[in-house]
Amino acid sequence: MKPQALTVAVTGMNALPDNPGPGLGVARCLKEAYGEAVRIVGLGYDALDPGLYLGQYCDRAYLLAYPLNGTEVLLERLAEIHALERIDVLIPCLDAELPLMIGLADTLAGLGVKTFLPSAGQFERRAKASLPTLAQAAGVTYPEVKALASAQFFRDCEQDGWTYPLVVKGVFYDAKIAANAAQAEAAFGDIAAEWGLPVLAQRFVAGEEYNLAGVGDGQGNLLGEVMMKKRAVTSKGKAWAGVATADDSLAELARKLVAELQWKGPLEVEVMRDAKGNYQLIEINPRFPAWIYLSHGVGRNLPTLLLELALGRPAPAMAAPRPGTMFIRHALETIVPMSLFQTLIMQGQCIPEPAQAQPSAEIRQPIKEAL
Amino acid sequence: MAGQTLDFPNAESLKRLASSENGFIFDPVTGNSFTVNHTGRAILHLLQQTLDVEHITRRLQAEFDVDAQRAERDVIEFAGQLRGHF
Repeated sequence: MKPQALTVAVTGMNALPDNPGPGLGVARCLKEAYGEAVRIVGLGYDALDPGLYLGQYCDRAYLLAYPLNGTEVLLERLAEIHALERIDVLIPCLDAELPLMIGLADTLAGLGVKTFLPSAGQFERRAKASLPTLAQAAGVTYPEVKALASAQFFRDCEQDGWTYPLVVKGVFYDAKIAANAAQAEAAFGDIAAEWGLPVLAQRFVAGEEYNLAGVGDGQGNLLGEVMMKKRAVTSKGKAWAGVATADDSLAELARKLVAELQWKGPLEVEVMRDAKGNYQLIEINPRFPAWIYLSHGVGRNLPTLLLELALGRPAPAMAAPRPGTMFIRHALETIVPMSLFQTLIMQGQCIPEPAQAQPSAEIRQPIKEAL
Repeated sequence: MAGQTLDFPNAESLKRLASSENGFIFDPVTGNSFTVNHTGRAILHLLQQTLDVEHITRRLQAEFDVDAQRAERDVIEFAGQLRGHF
């Protein structure tokens, strides 16, 4: 008799080309590690989230209400889905939903849904506006940041010792480099309209960006770190191609942060490296990054590590870092029957079709016969 | 030139570089890569052992059958190109 598959619910299936959510990468890591021993329940906020239609990585697809509808609506929906799917572990992958998910972690555990998430306090300490305080406590270098409620700052900031270019950032997402006050004010307007206030101004750091993904065990230890440098980016600055790197000084910086936070769960540390090899912390994302499939590629499958920890099992052994391994994304069309799209819209759920690579009837006959 | 060292990247940075037979060089710390020709690869391998220009020049003379002046010029030029990658 086949053992029952483990059911893992994953959010962030919005694998959009210019700014993909991490959910599909997480699902792919789990599928490739566990095969049929894991069932993926993909959770999305939009019926056009591409990951919800990829049957090879997503066994069942469900829509959720947007996080702004609040905790009660989210809990009610998750409970409905759990009643149908018996979710063993939930892996949230989007920043905006995490405060709600963290708040629901105990309730979900009571229902039998395990998570491996930071506390609300840990989550707040790594928020963009709190980073300078955290960096100082951890002994990590960080560029000065200012939380702004109005764009007036950009007109006078040079009198206060701020110089252009500087970086204008949203509280959750988005960052734009502004070369002058006019660009900064425009960026402030765009970001405030999309992500609300405050908007953050950060001093510009010259150098190259590096990212580190890992899992905090909740006891101050960083597990399975994977480092990456972007080699090509989308119009939104997201990695389109990247190469795995290995630098113990970057790993040490991340270890300091995880130890200071006692971080529990996945995270991504974003840094700038200057010409002398010194790192400055730019951001800490409280989730896996969209490029997480690279972790599988270098033998350090981080979603698998997280799943084992969530299940209360020991952390699996990780391979040694494998710098030089690359990833390159590509855009791919999935053929979706209208009936499937309609089912997801009308019923909020669907069963994605397994991947098919069959030729159409028109070209199935041998080419020579057609000549 | 006896015992002279040029302004190369530091020895630690040079030692960590991985090179393939066809001259593709990868830095596992920065993720940067670049290509070098046969002579460049030979100089890089020597640099991974020592930064002594005189020693490197002598080895190049022996391996490529060139005069000391030409070998030294190649090393100096290569040092300049390497600095651009670190």
